[in-house]
Amino acid sequence: MSNDIAVNMKNITVRFVETLANDDISLSIKKGEIFAIVGENGAGKTTLMNVLAGQIQPTLGSVEILGSTVTTFSPTAAIKAGIGMVHQHFMLIDSFTVAQNIVLGHEPKKPAKFGIFFDNKAAVRFTEDLIREYGLEVPPNARVRDLGVGLQQRVEILKALALGSKVLILDEPTAVLTPSETDELFKIIRKLKEKGHTIIIITHKLYEVMEISDRVAVLRAGKLAGIEETKNLSESKLASMMVGHELSFESIPRDETVKTPVLDIKNLTVSNARGLIAINDLNLTINSGEIVGIAGVEGNGQSELAQAITGLRPALKGSIYLNGIEITKQSPEKIRKLGLAHIPEDRIKTGLSKQASIWENLLVGKQRRREFAWLKLHLRRDKISKYSKEVYNQFDVRGAGIHIPVGSLSGGNMQKIVVGREFSFENTRAYVISQPTRGLDIAAMQFIHKQIINKRNEGAAILLISADLDEIFMLSDRICTLFEGKITAEFDPKTASKEKVGLAMLTHSKEEVCENS
Amino acid sequence: MSEFLAAFFTVFNVMLFQNTLRTATPIVLAGLGGLFTDHAGIMNIGMDGMMLIGAFTAVMGTYYFQSAFMGIVLAIVVGVLLGLFFGLFVIKFKSDEFIIGVALNIFAGGITIFLLRTLTGVKGAFPLPKSLGLPTVSIPLLDKIPIINELFNNNSILVYICWLLVIICYLVVYKTPYGFRLRAAGEHPQALRSIGVSPDFIKYSASVICGILCCLAGAHLSLGYLTQFSENMSASRGFIAFACIIFGRSNPIKVFLAALLFGFFDALGLRLQNIIPANLTLIIPYAATIFVLVIAALQSKRKSKLSELKLNKV
Repeated sequence: MSNDIAVNMKNITVRFVETLANDDISLSIKKGEIFAIVGENGAGKTTLMNVLAGQIQPTLGSVEILGSTVTTFSPTAAIKAGIGMVHQHFMLIDSFTVAQNIVLGHEPKKPAKFGIFFDNKAAVRFTEDLIREYGLEVPPNARVRDLGVGLQQRVEILKALALGSKVLILDEPTAVLTPSETDELFKIIRKLKEKGHTIIIITHKLYEVMEISDRVAVLRAGKLAGIEETKNLSESKLASMMVGHELSFESIPRDETVKTPVLDIKNLTVSNARGLIAINDLNLTINSGEIVGIAGVEGNGQSELAQAITGLRPALKGSIYLNGIEITKQSPEKIRKLGLAHIPEDRIKTGLSKQASIWENLLVGKQRRREFAWLKLHLRRDKISKYSKEVYNQFDVRGAGIHIPVGSLSGGNMQKIVVGREFSFENTRAYVISQPTRGLDIAAMQFIHKQIINKRNEGAAILLISADLDEIFMLSDRICTLFEGKITAEFDPKTASKEKVGLAMLTHSKEEVCENS
Repeated sequence: MSEFLAAFFTVFNVMLFQNTLRTATPIVLAGLGGLFTDHAGIMNIGMDGMMLIGAFTAVMGTYYFQSAFMGIVLAIVVGVLLGLFFGLFVIKFKSDEFIIGVALNIFAGGITIFLLRTLTGVKGAFPLPKSLGLPTVSIPLLDKIPIINELFNNNSILVYICWLLVIICYLVVYKTPYGFRLRAAGEHPQALRSIGVSPDFIKYSASVICGILCCLAGAHLSLGYLTQFSENMSASRGFIAFACIIFGRSNPIKVFLAALLFGFFDALGLRLQNIIPANLTLIIPYAATIFVLVIAALQSKRKSKLSELKLNKV
């Protein structure tokens, strides 16, 4: 092998009890390259990288890192060989400072006093040197819990570099970042490349692959579907490689709809769990047959807005009307009866009961109906079964039948259960939909998008809250930006640019946005 | 009036504070041990059982080898074994730590009684001659200063070791690399694993340290002043130590101060026996535990609210 190869993986096969997570994958990554690995959920990307990072022993196959063959698969051996992994969920100790996190595992000791005491000054010095060398600004003495997500990610990268990593694996690094933080990250990645580091980036987002990578490997159902130079690819080509067939990226047809106000929010003020103002004097009207997208950096009141409308959180001031009826002080159950359905942002915590079966989760909200409960007391299992199966099939859930616990489904299928349940209330006129496709793969995402647009075409009023700006642009008829609990600007997705919306997500007033445009 | 004052001074005198130091010592030792497991992210409610077994083995060791030193050594060895045993179930087999703790406490109560009766044929209490107790330490110059002498001089050797341990534990937890890893293991074990440090090893070590210190606490209980083992003599002091850990937020110095507070109430209860029926006075330390824990809970609630407010302002 020539010595410009950073990583060489040969015939990697990983077999879990019943499934083949990686099936005979061979690839080699050059030194100083930005290499992207893409694939749908469950395609085996993370498994493959866990093999490289020494966390999984492959059933078959061999790995060579920087010219030397890996004999033992352990995190320690991988670190020694020069692999550093930046995990999707940060591996940081929140109560420690940045410097303490960076030196954890190789702590400097005070030479005096028998060399048994931790030397914080040396740790800070070490961190400062590292920061200077790579130009990644972070305050070394700040506690990690006081830093934002973008900065925490930098600490993770620095931590890997401190261990001497030459090959950095970034697992879905942009999933938690805002557009501007993503730009910063990409600058960092390019800088690291200049310094001779090899970067492997796992991602869902195709435009990011196009923007940052030199080469791409596509995984599909555990197999390698192809390796290409990025410059020879297009987003749609990449997408069809991932899914295995041509994907239609045309927008889902939108019918002309009659627009009359359905959900009317007037001067709404809501506090968050800590008692601080989260939604501040907000006014918004959502018409029938329209999707209003709320764009904003997370934590600007999105959750509280959805909770206030659906009756899960009391409003301090203001009122909310559904078809002219005030629902501000009603119970969630009453609000549902009046015709509002809710897809909550966290499908596992609030959307579903993980231990309960699929049919139980699909039934919730309808369990007192005469057709499903005899005298509202005794559940009629046959009728419920028939109904659940219908929804299960209609929403294309892939699993082992309706009697298994929801928790055993994949994220995409879980979300389909939530959407299936919420979209099957007959007389619903308005929907509050939060983060409908978070963490889903392209096929599941497209399916859910189609369902949402169908509801719009049927004349429903939809409030869509999403951290994914692409999703907002694709689905919305109107885009409103939410910043510190206020709506700061309104855009037409057909004419507005992402940059403008992105800017409005971070500024106080419409004027500032206009000045800059 | 003078009668009342006389009664007052039979309770509140130097002896009260001397008793405070004495009764606090086992709580301090167990608390120091428990704060290691607490930092490592293990909820250990088995400290009481560990203490009881420690008290028993110390007496047995002293009895068979006719030496208090050997009693302590045996207690330490058993402490190591108990720590490994606890760690095996909680860390390796990932059993519920709460249930293992409860099981350990019940087991300790049973095994000590069983072994006491089979090995010595004695029921209830097994006294040893006073001469086999732990040696006391007298510091030469101190006996010239009246109150200080009574308080700090001529205590059992474990009392001094205990004070020393408070400082050592503080340094270990907050100033050494091991302490950093210990706290990291409790907060985010995956983070340690990802950089090639085994969090399980750290947790085992914490469990073993806890076992040793709890058994030392038990040894002090049985050899420190009374030189006897009596059934269930730990009398829930392990739980009081647990309360001290919560109250002191696992900081050795604060745990020490909390233990002194409980020691004071314990001593107060003992001294009040001359005036108030013993059944009532014995409640005092336990009532104080509940009272102090309620205060701790209220305070932490207020503090978390404050810090959140602060965060939000930034």
